[in-house]
Amino acid sequence: MNIVPFISRRTRGRVHVPTVTLAHGGGGKAMKDLIDDVFVEAFDNPLLAPLHDQARLDLNALARHGDRLAFTTDSFVIDPLVFPGGDIGKLAVCGTINDLAVGGAVPLYLSCAVIVEEGMPIDLLRRIARSMAATAREAGVTIVTGDTKVVNKGACDKMFITTTGIGAIRADIDLAAHDARPGDAVLVNGLLGDHGAAVLSARGDLALESPIVSDCVALHGLVAALLAAAPNTRFVRDPTRGGVATVLNEIAEAAQVSIEIDEAATPIRDEVRGFCEILGLDPLYLANEGKIVAIVPPVQSQAALAAMLAHPLGVKASIIGRVASGEPGRVTMRTVFGGSRIVDMLVGEQLPRIC
Amino acid sequence: MKYVDEYRDRSKAEILLREIEALAAGIQRPQDRPIQIMEVCGGHTHSIFRYGIEGMLPQSIELVHGPGCPVCVLPMGRVDDCVAIAERPEVIFTTFGDAMRVPGSRKSLLQAKADGADVRMVYSPMDALDLARRHPAREVVFFGIGFETTMPSTALTVLQAEREGIENFSVFCNHITIVPTIKAILDSPDLRLDGFLGPGHVSMVIGTAPYEFIARFYKKPMVVAGFEPLDVLQSIWMVLKQIKEGRCEIENQYARIVPASGNGQALRAVARVYELREFFEWRGLGSIDHSGVKMRAAYARFDAERKFAVPNVRIADPKSCQCGEVLKGVIKPWQCKVFGTACTPESPLGALMVSSEGACAAYYQYGGRTHRQNDGAIEAGAA
Repeated sequence: MNIVPFISRRTRGRVHVPTVTLAHGGGGKAMKDLIDDVFVEAFDNPLLAPLHDQARLDLNALARHGDRLAFTTDSFVIDPLVFPGGDIGKLAVCGTINDLAVGGAVPLYLSCAVIVEEGMPIDLLRRIARSMAATAREAGVTIVTGDTKVVNKGACDKMFITTTGIGAIRADIDLAAHDARPGDAVLVNGLLGDHGAAVLSARGDLALESPIVSDCVALHGLVAALLAAAPNTRFVRDPTRGGVATVLNEIAEAAQVSIEIDEAATPIRDEVRGFCEILGLDPLYLANEGKIVAIVPPVQSQAALAAMLAHPLGVKASIIGRVASGEPGRVTMRTVFGGSRIVDMLVGEQLPRIC
Repeated sequence: MKYVDEYRDRSKAEILLREIEALAAGIQRPQDRPIQIMEVCGGHTHSIFRYGIEGMLPQSIELVHGPGCPVCVLPMGRVDDCVAIAERPEVIFTTFGDAMRVPGSRKSLLQAKADGADVRMVYSPMDALDLARRHPAREVVFFGIGFETTMPSTALTVLQAEREGIENFSVFCNHITIVPTIKAILDSPDLRLDGFLGPGHVSMVIGTAPYEFIARFYKKPMVVAGFEPLDVLQSIWMVLKQIKEGRCEIENQYARIVPASGNGQALRAVARVYELREFFEWRGLGSIDHSGVKMRAAYARFDAERKFAVPNVRIADPKSCQCGEVLKGVIKPWQCKVFGTACTPESPLGALMVSSEGACAAYYQYGGRTHRQNDGAIEAGAA
């Protein structure tokens, strides 16, 4: 690629005020200063640096990674912006990388559009931008284009980020939920519910102190290891909002199969269990940001499990259940107590119970 | 997890289940009629579904899911009053989470929030009082709901507000009492129940003495039960044992939490702040005498009902709704005409579909949808 960074030919702007104001969204010098000082400074790379209205990507380079383009977008709105184990920036990068990764894609490029409420501290914005940059760098992904808007106080909750990602899928990979077959194993790569519990406790209105840390992490390395060990893996999905319960229901519905999981084999840390006991929540519905659910044919299930266990992001991996030929669309759980119950989709969000 | 896992021990459950089967087999009953045990409390309903207890029991035992979900039994008119208060511009309306979705005749609190009302979810009335401290120019109203379990915390919050002289805090009191409600169920002509699992957390406050009339006058056994699955199984076993031995007593399985005399301090706070209402309207059960409390005149300034003129209109339950019959155990949730069709958790018609503790919602969510299809088979098997 032959783009000469003309960043060298101009001086980068600097922000000299402590908070974002509407002037930073006005299209003038203040906006250029903000973009330079916060985003270009953090994301610095030759594709972004020219600050064209678009990133220009080399198709031949993309094609070396696969025969299909994977393209995804996701918006991130989270309160609080910074939580144990991450922040909205890390989340926005990992979330979109993971949406590419679970399709079997190699994640390559990200865009980053930011909507900021006036009054946002510049230092916090800088911290979040640096966190995005560090996460992307570590994941081998480049943030190549972006946009910044500033809105009136109250028009958004401090900051929203939308990231769009491009990756490439190797010719021999084709994962689909409807491919799940009776007998397939259902795997997860570790402890469930950490992100949801960490964010809920970080909000502070529960007055519950907890040591729970979000599992927010980019998962493409783990998915690659899984697909190498179990090439016939049917489907992979990241159980974010709605948790594992929701993903399993979606798979059961798409493939017109039933899924049976075993509570005793479902890895949940004691702190998250305790947190859910106190609030009357079900950890199966809590969000994860560093977990996958994988559906693997029985002959490769042990290889898949071994590959996960050998990967740093899969040390608590477990086969939590099986695909079965019961009522299509139904997910059931064998409880630790020996009973069985249906694990349905939630109607809305989980609301804590009265008593 | 300590103090939790030991109450979920599968091997102990298997031993209890064998004993329950043996006891149930030895109880004389008409062929077509199962032994009906009502769990009064919504917390028990929740445990029963969460651990799949119903499916573990022999078919001759039927659990009837009682009225003890305070969110479920709240009548539409009261929700309308909540919405009317919440929609006042000066009001911050605070509520427990699961009361947000209860339908009123116009809208739920969740809808009112979307329409611009300042409705906030809190975890304790003390959180609401704290909001009042932080927003002196606003009126903070707490939605007081629940049986004797939550009544003391609301009462103590009112007493705290009084001590601090906080004038912008009030409670919209919808607290209800369990004993008159059980009595109303016992008095209903179509009653078929053989025994009760008594509410654990209510009893932690009121003790076990208030239930004595159930054994003495109505000749029904009751076991005050804990909420872990082994608690529930052991309590069912204790009820069956009473039936088998021809005893009718109030027994306490949950003695690790429930003292026979209750919690004196909590009861004193409740008595200081509240007095009985002449009657209170229940969803599905109609008006029950002395089944609710209101705030005493001395605390009128903390009473949202007095502070804000609430419409206080009685709205009849939807005609097609059979919540009352489900609550009394006359029919099972899936036998209701609108179960799963006009009435679903997405758009609940009846109260029991609203909260996860409501019998219908629990059936719908945790396994009830196929009961309708299986119904014939189960009935045939029992006959």
